[in-house]
Amino acid sequence: MIVQTISGQASTDKAETGRTFAGVGVSPGRIIGSILLMPKAVREPAVGERLAEGTAPEDASAALRTAAKAVQTNLTARSAGASGAGREVLEATALMANDPMLVKAAVKLITNGASAERAIWDAAASVAEMLHNLGGYMAERATDVLDVRGRIVAELRGVPAPGIPYSDTPFILVGEDLAPADTATLDPAKVLALVTSSGGPQSHTAIIARALGLPAVVAAAGVEGLHDGTLVFVDGAAGTILVNPGADEVALAKAWETTTAALAMFDGTGRLKDGHLVPLLSNVGGAKDAVKAAAAGAQGVGLLRTEFCFLERDTEPTIAEQVEAYRGVFDAFPGKKVVVRTLDAGADKPLPFLTDASEPNPALGVRGYRTDFTSPGVLERQLQAIAQAADGTEAQVWVMAPMISTAEEAEHFAGLCTAAGLTTPGVMVEVPSAALTAASILEHVDFVSLGTNDLTQYAMAADRQLGPLADLNTPWQPAVLQLIRLTVAGSRDEGHGKPVGVCGEAAADPALAVVLVGLGVSTLSMTARALSAVAAVLASVTLPEAQQLAALALTAHSATDARRIVREKLPILNTLGL
Amino acid sequence: MPERTAVIASRVGLHARPAGIFVAAVGELPLEVTIAMAGEPAEDAMDASSILSIMSLGASNGDTVVLRADGEGADEALDSLVKILETDLDAE
Repeated sequence: MIVQTISGQASTDKAETGRTFAGVGVSPGRIIGSILLMPKAVREPAVGERLAEGTAPEDASAALRTAAKAVQTNLTARSAGASGAGREVLEATALMANDPMLVKAAVKLITNGASAERAIWDAAASVAEMLHNLGGYMAERATDVLDVRGRIVAELRGVPAPGIPYSDTPFILVGEDLAPADTATLDPAKVLALVTSSGGPQSHTAIIARALGLPAVVAAAGVEGLHDGTLVFVDGAAGTILVNPGADEVALAKAWETTTAALAMFDGTGRLKDGHLVPLLSNVGGAKDAVKAAAAGAQGVGLLRTEFCFLERDTEPTIAEQVEAYRGVFDAFPGKKVVVRTLDAGADKPLPFLTDASEPNPALGVRGYRTDFTSPGVLERQLQAIAQAADGTEAQVWVMAPMISTAEEAEHFAGLCTAAGLTTPGVMVEVPSAALTAASILEHVDFVSLGTNDLTQYAMAADRQLGPLADLNTPWQPAVLQLIRLTVAGSRDEGHGKPVGVCGEAAADPALAVVLVGLGVSTLSMTARALSAVAAVLASVTLPEAQQLAALALTAHSATDARRIVREKLPILNTLGL
Repeated sequence: MPERTAVIASRVGLHARPAGIFVAAVGELPLEVTIAMAGEPAEDAMDASSILSIMSLGASNGDTVVLRADGEGADEALDSLVKILETDLDAE
């Protein structure tokens, strides 16, 4: 290693010219930019850490006040540049940083001999616990107090603040993985691309990147060893990072800019080259999303996540509140299909009034439709609200339940829908058992929709959030494709041509979208940003070609092979940089 | 000591943005202001310049709170703070 001087670091990076990192591409795009590393989480000061010998409590208290004030000033300055919800979060956390109650509590601990770092650590923990015990909205704010605590400790130690770094110029963010909380402070105008050493295709980083349309590579081991300011080329489709790129990469990045401009619009009709229709719908999480999706040409909503009505609440929303929220979505799609998924709480989406946070294995626990076993009534009231909201709108409202495992459950759900006056019940296929028994399930409901994220996690027995399992956790796995094929076969066996859709992240991958159509999937639903790219690639193949690609993928030796074989046969992907 | 009562007008209660606006206003005053729920003893009142104290108060829409301050200009200051609490800040 070269001696750690400024010039030494520069030459280290020069020596790295041409070095490549391979990860998993999760959001397409080719871009060149300089990187900024996301600092590691702040290390906890030793329990019971005392003031250093010779440090007066008054001086330590003064240092703490200075640090708190500095964090407040920094957050206030950042809030001025933010907008919307992100701005409000920053404004509130800025006030917390220098909060008299928090600082007084910490100063008291310093007076009793604690070090400044340990004092603020413990004082903030007490405040966070108090907020947590208040429940609901206050409990959510406990995280903000802990965030502020990390910043103050970093300031006291003179190390970079945790979280997304701040810069006036756009940069490529490099880190281990992003947390859901980071979305509030991630400014898409400043961040050019995301690169993480951990995480999988279904990780928060991947989901955030696709929602914002940022190129992203995850599970790229070793990238955290790069220095701030290093120039890199990121290819979010290929999953590669190249240090100090040359003329070829500059040309590729330029070409991508042209592509994105050309791909900006979807004409509103998904079809193959031979005219075979594949309606392309959008996944939305509320009225605002729905309006955006409609503007992007979506042919309806294939997945309305109703959690938005329920999250950040400690009690169930009233029927009237729900009706208002759903109607906002229905009104954005007059005459078009809107598939409402009933409440999908549990696992990564806990709700205090429905789910038990102490389950040892929440992904296999009481989640989705299963909350009706433990909290009956919530689902029936939600169905009533959906029926009321559907009444008087022009949208064609379909309803589906998440996490269905058996035909019996599908039958029960269909009964609840009929009782509420809803005419088109369906279920999600996310549990392998539902894929295997699709024919029996479809005797009771009118359609099924494949949730490929969970279907993959359950088929491969691989946690969605774990970086080391990223290779297992891809819907390109032949086993997952087989389950999709069996679901379609189940629909054929049932005999009434009931539709099989896909509303998971798989539908947003243009190459995989071709395979899904080849397997016999009738509609695809995705984030609105992916519509134009998926439409462009689908339009380049005929149905027999798609079926041939599906057959190749089904019999591939591995997920990597399946993806490679299919991509090689779709030259348009390379032309478009997808 | 001068005191005023105010009915919380914000629909979300006294937290989130409304709490931030209130705390910022208190912070600009050269006075110490306390806040308590109506009916609570004065010695249990909280520091009104602390957003964390205000949040832990848990005042909802329609709740009555008592503001207290001492010193020069306390009456005018309290009047201006009451006006803030009795506006639906979340609607703006």
